[in-house]
Amino acid sequence: MMQQKDVVSQKVNNHSQDDINPEDILKILDEHSEGMGSLIAVLEDIQIKYGYLPEKALRIVSEKTNRSLVDIYGVATFYKFFSLHPKGKHLICACLGTACHVRGAPRVVAELEQQLSIKAGQTTEDKEFTLETVNCLGACALGPVVVIDGHYFSKVRRSNIKQLLDKAREGFDKVDIGKDERIFPIEVSCVHCKHSFKDEEFSIDGYPSIGLNAAVNGKKGRVRLSSLYGSYNVSTEFEIPQGMVVSFTCPHCNAEISDVSECPDCGAPLISMLVKGGGAVRICSRRGCKNHMLDLV
Amino acid sequence: MIKLTINSLDVSVEKGTTILEAARFLGFPIPTLCHMEGLSSYGACRLCVVEIGEGPRAKLVSSCTYPAEEGMKVRTASARVLKARKMILELLLASCPQSKTIQDLASAHGIRQQRFKQEYEDCILCGLCVRMCQEQMMAKAIGFRNRGEKRSIGTPFDVKSDICRLCGGCMYICPACQLRCTYNEPQKAICGGCANLTPPCVDKEQFDDMMCYMDPCVACEIKKD
Repeated sequence: MMQQKDVVSQKVNNHSQDDINPEDILKILDEHSEGMGSLIAVLEDIQIKYGYLPEKALRIVSEKTNRSLVDIYGVATFYKFFSLHPKGKHLICACLGTACHVRGAPRVVAELEQQLSIKAGQTTEDKEFTLETVNCLGACALGPVVVIDGHYFSKVRRSNIKQLLDKAREGFDKVDIGKDERIFPIEVSCVHCKHSFKDEEFSIDGYPSIGLNAAVNGKKGRVRLSSLYGSYNVSTEFEIPQGMVVSFTCPHCNAEISDVSECPDCGAPLISMLVKGGGAVRICSRRGCKNHMLDLV
Repeated sequence: MIKLTINSLDVSVEKGTTILEAARFLGFPIPTLCHMEGLSSYGACRLCVVEIGEGPRAKLVSSCTYPAEEGMKVRTASARVLKARKMILELLLASCPQSKTIQDLASAHGIRQQRFKQEYEDCILCGLCVRMCQEQMMAKAIGFRNRGEKRSIGTPFDVKSDICRLCGGCMYICPACQLRCTYNEPQKAICGGCANLTPPCVDKEQFDDMMCYMDPCVACEIKKD
């Protein structure tokens, strides 16, 4: 099963027309300042943010880029990727290409239509599913192919569909951390006093957490990070707003553990910790920034 | 100067001249539908097809968009051209059988019978109105939307455009009349000339059609009923 994280992240937050913040659109426009050629990239970003292209957003794009609305509307209606109507939480793409067609894709689509009680191209009333058909996904040997939320399912039969829809409702993205080999626990210690940060009393993700003292805006308290490398789960004793830079100190020697280097993504100081077994791990001190690096010796 | 041969007549034209312009300069008639002086060439209707090249390499091209080339041999009325043109007209007629312009052209090319199912489309997607709006009226209020068989011309989101000045240029130039007077739906109206008069033309008894490009005016027809 292929995993496409970028497609998954498109999952729709059900925004209504009023929710559109002109600032967000301006931010997207700023990121693409290459001039006339960047229209499709801008529309793509808007579509990813809202799940569809809201009329208000298109009007803002037209106003700010000095392009006529009709040009932008023409592009938005030309490409199948763009949608002018909100899509459901889960996107189902059924292939109706020649190979899938002869292997029974029309029956699969009919079954999907019946179970969701919508027609192809429509969204269910509860905004859960959008059903689309595509002309070829390039996996003809595996047909009929159905893609749900970026996950590809091959040789789909009518009898599988109920199961697939149930799985889609639960979500395919729930990663079982215990079974994922990309995530492993590490034990870290202070760069100054070499005492371990391991907090046996407090577990995150089923492993003892990494306990640090944190200070932000004059407030102080304990912050516990998951000891699984690759997991971003954090427990804090007090509220730390997203985007704040936190200064961390060692709970044993009270020394500042921030590094001299800066996060390449957001510019906040990195904090560094020694890894048991050799090497160091550096993580960004900004809340919400997921930058981290592991230097093994 | 570029030398080319049109219907075995030598002609030299300036660089950048299209075959259509060169042929018209020599007096060879080439029918057009989506071409208009003052508007950029678009090559949508294909009525202006001519045959270029010789022998097995001869091909049909739209003369309104094809620039003249050195030594080119053009035939504007070969059997192949006439056959293609007739077919194009027949297809155009099938999509817009009620268009006076297309009817006249079809009649002039000897089409006496309609072999295709008539669609009554009101639009042949020639883009004249789009170019008129953009290039002459400097407005860009209407444009192409969607693609394939769903392609259509209109305003974004199907609501009256803020940029539209209700000049009526699009309807004036339309050979098939897609943007028919929609006075009975003022929120979608593009011309609105009659609606802007006081009292509006549908309310007034004896109104001469001075503001209306439509013949017959749909609003007036409604009034008569």
